[in-house]
Amino acid sequence: MTDVQDRPDVMTRDIPAPAVTIESKPFWDAAAEGKFLIKRCNDCGQAHWYPRALCPFCFSEKTVWEESPGEGVIYTYSVMRRSPSGPYAIGYVTLNEGPAVLTNFLGVAPEALSIGQKVKVKFQPTTNGPPVPVFVPV
Amino acid sequence: MSIKGKAYIMGAYEHPLRDAPDKSTPQLHAECAKGALEDAGLTKDDIDGYFCAGDAPGFGGMSMIDYMGLRNVRHMDSTETGGSSYLLHVGHAAQAIAEGKCTVALVTLAGRPRQNKFFGGGSGKPGQLTDGPPEAGYENIYGGSTHNTYAMCAMRHMYEYGTTSEQLAWIKVAASHHAQYNPNAFLKDVVTVEDVVNSRMISDPLHLLDCCVVTDGGGALIVTSPEVAKSLKRPKVKIMGAGESPKGPQGGRGLDLTHSGAVWSGPIAFGEAGVKPSDVKYASIYDSFTITVLMQLEDLGFCEKGQGGKFVADGNLISGVGKLPFNTDGGGLCNNHPTNRGGITKVIEAVRQLRGEAHEKVQVPNCDIALAHGTGGSLGTRHGAATLIMEREA
Repeated sequence: MTDVQDRPDVMTRDIPAPAVTIESKPFWDAAAEGKFLIKRCNDCGQAHWYPRALCPFCFSEKTVWEESPGEGVIYTYSVMRRSPSGPYAIGYVTLNEGPAVLTNFLGVAPEALSIGQKVKVKFQPTTNGPPVPVFVPV
Repeated sequence: MSIKGKAYIMGAYEHPLRDAPDKSTPQLHAECAKGALEDAGLTKDDIDGYFCAGDAPGFGGMSMIDYMGLRNVRHMDSTETGGSSYLLHVGHAAQAIAEGKCTVALVTLAGRPRQNKFFGGGSGKPGQLTDGPPEAGYENIYGGSTHNTYAMCAMRHMYEYGTTSEQLAWIKVAASHHAQYNPNAFLKDVVTVEDVVNSRMISDPLHLLDCCVVTDGGGALIVTSPEVAKSLKRPKVKIMGAGESPKGPQGGRGLDLTHSGAVWSGPIAFGEAGVKPSDVKYASIYDSFTITVLMQLEDLGFCEKGQGGKFVADGNLISGVGKLPFNTDGGGLCNNHPTNRGGITKVIEAVRQLRGEAHEKVQVPNCDIALAHGTGGSLGTRHGAATLIMEREA
């Protein structure tokens, strides 16, 4: 078990390959090209997260993939200290489009994180799977 | 149909074991069932309704009904909302009894998490399409655990309302004051606020002593019709109201981690029971973490939103000291949290309080109305909430 005091540097974390479903395959195919997609509903106009075929707000099937710059602010976070690979930060980012995204914050020291901080998406490679979105401070 | 006064909790049993290396999970379920039946003064042939959740092995209810040799079951329910399941089960049992579907319902929980490895995050199989939970691919990869997802709620609560670690610590302090009188409690030492805030950080801002214990064991309840209740020699605990509500991130638009589903389940239960938070003499509040208790106290209306920190400070949850005695068995924070889903123990201690059978050092005088509330799943992602209000019948 590693104590954060022993690792004052920025946080890193090996992220496992995600489970890909019939529904999520377009997201992960785009991720492989470095694109961050969210879903928007053509009926009610709202973007949602995580992406799904039927709009969770109005239940319309007219949801479409939309490329997002992946910019937003930290809604909340927590630094997990009980980790064999060193501390890592989990949290939610409220995207500029509205929805909140569960993610990891990498490339930042634990003490440098704060609620309200501006962050941007970045893709991290995984072994035997598509790259996954993480967020880094702007 | 309202369940108010339509059913009674007549049997309750908490397994004394906290480590069970030599007993199987079905055995623990059955021992709890036997204990609750003996407490009520009934036999297993009286059971015509059975309620269990995901901790029941094999085919759940079917496996356990067969294992226990329950011959007369004509109504069953396996509603699964994690640790809050068993509070829902009591409400569902009361509904079934009110509708004549059964007359003696058994609810069981049991498990051996200390003997098994913790369930992992699950990452899926590279290169292969899966059909698992819809959120799995987008969430499980980020290392979410019970600890850090609840910690995210605590972090946001502190940010919005100025709640402090010292205030959260008072919740553990209160639980430890009660646990010292429970010979079965996993942790019996009284702790101080300093002990809590100086304990190792697990996931900011939650320390080791902000977390509940993990134990083997279990519990069971017997819920009966009024006619059966009248025929038994035990004090009668009347079910007055029940509420349930799931809550999740709601497409990312409804994310608000400073409140729980109790904001909906609480008013449903209070409304059905026809009582107010100020009428409640004793509260069993699910305490997976200190923050869980704090948010639920606010959401159930025991104090204003954001004032939970002030409400719990100075020992206000300690029986005989404060305004709202809670978890007088030591709760999940100190007593037990069998199979990582302790909802049933919340009902069991409320039954003890209403019967006047709690330990004399923690028994609430003239305890006529009690509340039990459960939160199951993860407060930081998606969870179930269930509120139950019970009344002592003279």
